Amino acid sequence: MSEKKKQAELIEEISGVNPLKCMKCGKCSATCPSYNEMDIKPHQFVSYVINEDVESLVNSESLWKCLSCFACVERCPRDVKPGKLIDAARQMVVRQRGQAYLSPDEIPELLDPELPQQLLVSAFRRYRR
Amino acid sequence: MQRIGVFVCHCGSNIAATVDVSKVAEMALMEPGVVHAEDYQYMCSEAGQAKIQDAIHEKKLSGIVVCSCSPRMHEATFRKAAERAGLNPYMVEIANIREHCSWIHKDMEEATKKAVILMRAAVAKVNLNTPLKPGESRVTKRALIIGGGIAGIQTALDIADAGYEVDIVEKTPSIGGRMSQLDKTFPTLDCSACILTPKMVEASAHEKIKIYTYSEVEKVSGFVGDFTVDIRKKARSVDMDKCTGCGVCQEKCPSKKAPSEFNRGLNNRSAIYTPFAQAIPNVPVIDREACIKFKTGKCGICSKVCQAGAIDYEQKDEIITEKYGAIVVATGFDTINLDKYDEYAYSQSKDVITSLELERVMNAAGPTHGHLERLSDGKAPKEMVFIQCVGSRCSDDRGKPYCSKICCMYTAKHAMLIRDKYPDVNVTVFYIDVRTPGKNFDEFYRRAVEQYGVNYIKGQVGKVIPQPDGKLLVQGSDLLDNKQILKEADMVVLATAIEPNPDVRKIATMLTASIDTNNFLTEAHAKLRPVESPTAGIFLSGVCQGPKDIPETVAQAGAAAVKAIGLLAKDKLLTNPCTAHSDELLCNGCSTCENVCPYGAITYEDKEVNDHGIREVRRLAVVNSALCQGCGACTVACPSGAMDLQGFSNRQIIAEVDAICR
Amino acid sequence: MSIENKSFRPKIVAFCCNWCSYAGADLAGSSRLSYPADVKIIRVPCSCRVNPMFILRAFEKGADGVIMCGCHPGDCHYSTGNYYARRRMTLLFSMLDYIGVENGRTRVEWVSAAEGVKFSDTMNSFVEKIHSLGENVRLGDLRCRN
Repeated sequence: MSEKKKQAELIEEISGVNPLKCMKCGKCSATCPSYNEMDIKPHQFVSYVINEDVESLVNSESLWKCLSCFACVERCPRDVKPGKLIDAARQMVVRQRGQAYLSPDEIPELLDPELPQQLLVSAFRRYRR
Repeated sequence: MQRIGVFVCHCGSNIAATVDVSKVAEMALMEPGVVHAEDYQYMCSEAGQAKIQDAIHEKKLSGIVVCSCSPRMHEATFRKAAERAGLNPYMVEIANIREHCSWIHKDMEEATKKAVILMRAAVAKVNLNTPLKPGESRVTKRALIIGGGIAGIQTALDIADAGYEVDIVEKTPSIGGRMSQLDKTFPTLDCSACILTPKMVEASAHEKIKIYTYSEVEKVSGFVGDFTVDIRKKARSVDMDKCTGCGVCQEKCPSKKAPSEFNRGLNNRSAIYTPFAQAIPNVPVIDREACIKFKTGKCGICSKVCQAGAIDYEQKDEIITEKYGAIVVATGFDTINLDKYDEYAYSQSKDVITSLELERVMNAAGPTHGHLERLSDGKAPKEMVFIQCVGSRCSDDRGKPYCSKICCMYTAKHAMLIRDKYPDVNVTVFYIDVRTPGKNFDEFYRRAVEQYGVNYIKGQVGKVIPQPDGKLLVQGSDLLDNKQILKEADMVVLATAIEPNPDVRKIATMLTASIDTNNFLTEAHAKLRPVESPTAGIFLSGVCQGPKDIPETVAQAGAAAVKAIGLLAKDKLLTNPCTAHSDELLCNGCSTCENVCPYGAITYEDKEVNDHGIREVRRLAVVNSALCQGCGACTVACPSGAMDLQGFSNRQIIAEVDAICR
Repeated sequence: MSIENKSFRPKIVAFCCNWCSYAGADLAGSSRLSYPADVKIIRVPCSCRVNPMFILRAFEKGADGVIMCGCHPGDCHYSTGNYYARRRMTLLFSMLDYIGVENGRTRVEWVSAAEGVKFSDTMNSFVEKIHSLGENVRLGDLRCRN
């Protein structure tokens, strides 16, 4: 399996999303509050994963512009949830950086100010239940 | 010992590509009783059937196994072929090696093995088959139509024109259905009422058609050709024979706060009301929940003003029992509830409306007398936004997974009508796909764009935000321009998904007609029997079977009528001979079977039996084979094992089990 | 034979009512939704035609699993047949363990004529379950082989 395909499958695995379910309605982009900040728009995330071009997604501005507000996740009519895809891409980057694991006693009193805010918010959302 | 012939069908490559058909035929010859086996390209073709018939003659076959597609597909075909060759049709069994084997397995060896086992099971069963003779049952030459919308009316007219009696049962006070609520119809822009009311009048005036409005089907029993139906005529509180339809009672009624169902709750009606001016019958109904007389006992104005003395506060629900040969379901649709779609602000703003509500707004008899105005402040809108696919094509739990089919066209119609009547109003349509298959449909949509300047934007709306100044901020995306759009609108119209009338589930249960996960009634065959339910004698008309526009509904209504006429035209029906029967020597007259029989087909008789030389009179179960539908409940309930089912006998099923587990 | 043995091909008998589940199986077929070939379907008019004896007979003859499918409760073609079936099977299944058939080897599922996907999913999960249970050896001693 090519590296590109592996990456795309990893995204699907982390996010638990099947990008093929997308019907290209654009409701995610319609509802995204940071749409104008993004270079790759939410409705395009899906095609990047389908076309196995995770690299562009990982290197995009959008990766860190997404607020993890989950509006697209809530409103997506097809259960595709582009917010989860981008969240998965972020996780992939963080895992590669080797910051993936944290034991409780490693948590500093003050969290690393360099750590992207979105990551924290999305982690809280993801693990709140 | 039977002499069995096994015929293995290739079904082109449908079976032969995954099942080694010649191997199956070869293996068949090793089964007990099998004296002939062959495979052929298309067993259901005339040549294939001829092969079966030739073999019956030449090899003196007493039983047939056809390894082919599902028995639901061609069992009848092969039984008829066998009958023409002089064999009892019930000596034919089908091994389903297409739907249950070749189509679902990829590995040839595995599929062939399974096909052989399925063939063995069928051979084992045929070995125990006995010739059966169907009985006869009579046909009541009268049809029942459930639902008085355009589908029901059209079916009723077609059946009645063929000379049969038809009853229409309609839940609301008037026939007419959804079509009566529409203003104009696509793609010709005919006025809906102008083309519907003549049909309503024709139906009500037809000597063969009887209409029960404000009535519901309460209970259905019986079977094809001989249904017995209880119809509840709800208390109208108005004597239908005396009422002249003058309308004075409605004018004088002091209680005018009940939301009008006909106008989708956009305005109010009186407690005594007819849903709309052209209602048929033109006899009002008292809504007892809203009526002051019924709530407090004081009022009675309608009774005082009625010169005909038609008001009857004492009237009670009445149950009518009728017999029918055929039943047509035409229960239609409603729009889905939008509570789960709060992003479109439907419940927050009066100016966000559904398309069906817009129909009422644009109709001269509607709440705004046909003027396009905002329902919040009555101002004329300048910017209108239409949102497509609200609740349609959703795979989440909020909406429906199917395309509602009619929305693209009615939105083009609305947009066109608005641009025509109010050229200064800008109309924007947010769409995902524009789907306009149908005669003159795409041309119609293109006219909306090219001639009327309707602005179509590819992209869904994410959110509608009501502004303090009463405007609506629509946040959508334009996928082709790759832009996010913020647009101020005065009115927003939602193309709300349609769903089968919620009552259909109850009706389907009464009729034992099958229904799918979206509550659409299932047809007997998706392509070849689209207007029949798998339950014999039940026919489907209109949206209860799947989303449809008016021309399709009318066409399907006619098709359902033809099928019903085909049934009513028969004097006698052959009944299913696969019925239960009891073994007189084993039966001990305990009544267990009588209690489980859903058809009341089992009675008890005192009969003299000869039990190994002992002659005595015993109380024995007797099955009325005209009533028995062959479910087999009694066969399992019988504690002494006296009951058995012909065609699916204990020994036959056990033989199948054994063959599979061998 | 152990669970790890890949060559284990269970014998599975499926009783399907003519009106819903058999049609559901047909739909699974025409939609090309695959499930293991170990499942063999027997058509019965209604789930209430399934005599508990048939299920015992299947196990006696070496079946590793038996599944019965009928119309959804309330949707029975014969109005009430599946209610009888449900009660009978509840009673039978409660006693099967005693005679040497584990609980997981029997199952009742409601599959309508429109649920081809559900039919294939059900069969896939049932076969998986039988694979995890392995061959029906507990009954083996009692089984009379002919």
